[in-house]
Amino acid sequence: MRELYEKLKTRFPLGEFTDQRDNLGFITVDKDQLRPVLYHLRDHEGFSHLVLLTAVDWIEEDRFQLTYLLSNRTRSVDVGLRVMLDRGEPVMETIHDIWPTAATYQCELREMFGIDFPDSPGVMDDFILEGWDDLPPYRRDFDTKKYSDETYAHREGRVTHDPAEYMKKQLYPDEV
Amino acid sequence: MKEELQKRTVKGPDGFEFEVDPLNDYYCSEAPKAHPPAYAKIVESFFNWARSESIWILGFGTGCGAIEMRPLMTPRFDAYRFGVQWRPTPRQANLFIISGYLSVKTLKRAIRSYEQMQNPKYVLGLGSCTINGGMYWDSYNTIKKLDDYMPVDLFVAGCMPRPEALLASFEELKKVIKAGKAEGANAYAENFDWYKANQKKVIKDWDMPDYNW
Amino acid sequence: MLYQPDRSQYPDMGPDGKLDIDLSSGKYLKLWQGPQHPGITGNMSLELTVCGDEVVEGKVHVGYLHRGFEKLMERRSFIQCFPIVCRICVPEPDFNEYCYAAAVEELAGIEISERAKWIRTLILEMGRINSYMMYLGGQAGALGMGVIGQWTTYVRDLMLDRFEELTGARIYHMFIIPGGVRDDLPAGFEDRMEETLKEIEATLKDVQEVMFQNAVFKKRTKGIGYIDPSLVDSYGITGPNARAAGIAKDVRADQPYLVYPHLDFEPVTGKDSDIFTRSDVRRRDVIMSVDLVRQILSRMPKKDGPLMAKLPNVLHWKIPRGETYIRGECSRGEYGFYVVTDGSGYPRRVNVRGPSYTHAMSLLQRMIVNVNIADVASLMVSLHTYPPEIER
Repeated sequence: MRELYEKLKTRFPLGEFTDQRDNLGFITVDKDQLRPVLYHLRDHEGFSHLVLLTAVDWIEEDRFQLTYLLSNRTRSVDVGLRVMLDRGEPVMETIHDIWPTAATYQCELREMFGIDFPDSPGVMDDFILEGWDDLPPYRRDFDTKKYSDETYAHREGRVTHDPAEYMKKQLYPDEV
Repeated sequence: MKEELQKRTVKGPDGFEFEVDPLNDYYCSEAPKAHPPAYAKIVESFFNWARSESIWILGFGTGCGAIEMRPLMTPRFDAYRFGVQWRPTPRQANLFIISGYLSVKTLKRAIRSYEQMQNPKYVLGLGSCTINGGMYWDSYNTIKKLDDYMPVDLFVAGCMPRPEALLASFEELKKVIKAGKAEGANAYAENFDWYKANQKKVIKDWDMPDYNW
Repeated sequence: MLYQPDRSQYPDMGPDGKLDIDLSSGKYLKLWQGPQHPGITGNMSLELTVCGDEVVEGKVHVGYLHRGFEKLMERRSFIQCFPIVCRICVPEPDFNEYCYAAAVEELAGIEISERAKWIRTLILEMGRINSYMMYLGGQAGALGMGVIGQWTTYVRDLMLDRFEELTGARIYHMFIIPGGVRDDLPAGFEDRMEETLKEIEATLKDVQEVMFQNAVFKKRTKGIGYIDPSLVDSYGITGPNARAAGIAKDVRADQPYLVYPHLDFEPVTGKDSDIFTRSDVRRRDVIMSVDLVRQILSRMPKKDGPLMAKLPNVLHWKIPRGETYIRGECSRGEYGFYVVTDGSGYPRRVNVRGPSYTHAMSLLQRMIVNVNIADVASLMVSLHTYPPEIER
């Protein structure tokens, strides 16, 4: 994997590299370098399969991480491209013209994270949620328990514990 | 409002033009009425006996419990020998099995399907998630208490309940119907405003009429 | 004679795949198939625009089964995530357990025992047989052959019995736990499994004769629902759908995980890439899985130590910052978990990549155009979609 990173490094300005396994590595890529890197990986390195596109909310660092996971099915290696976005202005370029399936992923990210992908087909359509009027639910600052308590009626008599606290009490009562 | 619910002029294949107002044309604008019992108790008991022996289930797998419906339909468990069968449309069914968690999006469809079913009709809540949320007690997208949104006659606990539990529940439901206690459809008609208020509280984009039959 | 679509009288498709259709012209009809519809797999819906009996445009709507697993797991500790992951996908829940367990083990640096790996592989193959049996019944049922479903559901039930004696549950097994598996095989399991496998083989033989040699089935599936092999990469097609197009990609062979390097098998491929070939590839895949289960049971090493690796105290189990992707070949294609940890006791982010995500959304929307409306159900089933893994 490091070989590939060194090779890419001669062509593009790349960020940090994580060697996760011998067939999986993660590379941090600049936001505007993503498209050339994707084209290069697809056309010259054989990474022709977009496995997934998803986001991670690093709220403490005030940024979103987009992960583009590509796979080379002939050599059976995967590479993940990390793109960091400013959390205050989550807009990213669409890649649906490279992989048509990306449109679905982008639609989901727009809905669940509030990351916008202008010009992606159907990106503003409802994908999973219907009539949602709160924060995008996969953001870290959205509290699902609070929302659930406020919105839905709960049955009387159900005792709800904080999972970690309850486990501690039940399994490890002597732990501090 | 959705495009297909808006008023429009439609031109038929033969050139004839007509107005369509889906909200008025496709839906009934009258609230449901409670169905009074028969004039004599013995007649009502006879009706209830007949109802209990032909439970026709709506084939709508709303959640994961639907996976245990296939074994029930096949020779191993064979629910057909109890007079239970599955129907493809709400108009032909009288038992609605809510098979597990209901997300808000499905709840909307489930309400429509329920309201389209003919009286007398029964609802069976399958799985812990219909009772108190079960595994998804803190989820932002599933309802926690099914009987707030539609009248439930029987709950089956478990995650997920076995086919045998469902067979037992059919027998139990028969007893409830024969005892004349499965009056969910009437309860729904009598407390219609309460049910609608609950439903609208959860379904934030209510874009259908209140009456769906 | 193959059905030849003629698009000349319909409006052109725009660059975003949408047609400019005037619903009030009276020529087109908007038709919903699902969510309450016998011709749909699970709880999803197709919004079809039809002209006569031909589909002009189709849009897939999902989200009816969304429970927000990825969010719920963020507020559960690593071991508390284990009982809920299997609920992501109902017909084949074990892959969720395996992918999650393997991801946590990789990030936390836990080695599992050899026998646990064999038992995990056994469970995954048993689950695959179940899922395919469900599929064969569904594919036949979509074309009106109800009896096939009766047979396959029956043998699937026998397999569920084996699951039950192994794990204690029929559907949600919660057996593959981070660190190993919960228990060893019960006594006499191999013999009872052999009986079940024989039953499955006999049923498959019947299915081959009754379904695959049926003239109606052939006419309604051959040449319909063609996937061009050039689409396989751009649309992210994996598993039997890709293998039926002649692309011999199988994660079990390409990136062997668990004990697949010790087993002998050859990915099953077809070449016509139509509904018939896809069903046939899956039928032959069951035969291969049956063979694999036999191989696993005969080659499994004897128990020589605990099945579970020693886990840290679950209360203080923190996993350092990292991210990984674990994939496996489930019955529908490539199933994967992308797990990110941040040094706390909870996963930072879990993303599930279900194969139906690409198959049922962008691919189906493309394939459904110009199909006769009677073939929509069988086309959708032939992609083997399970909606819960799309929306989680």
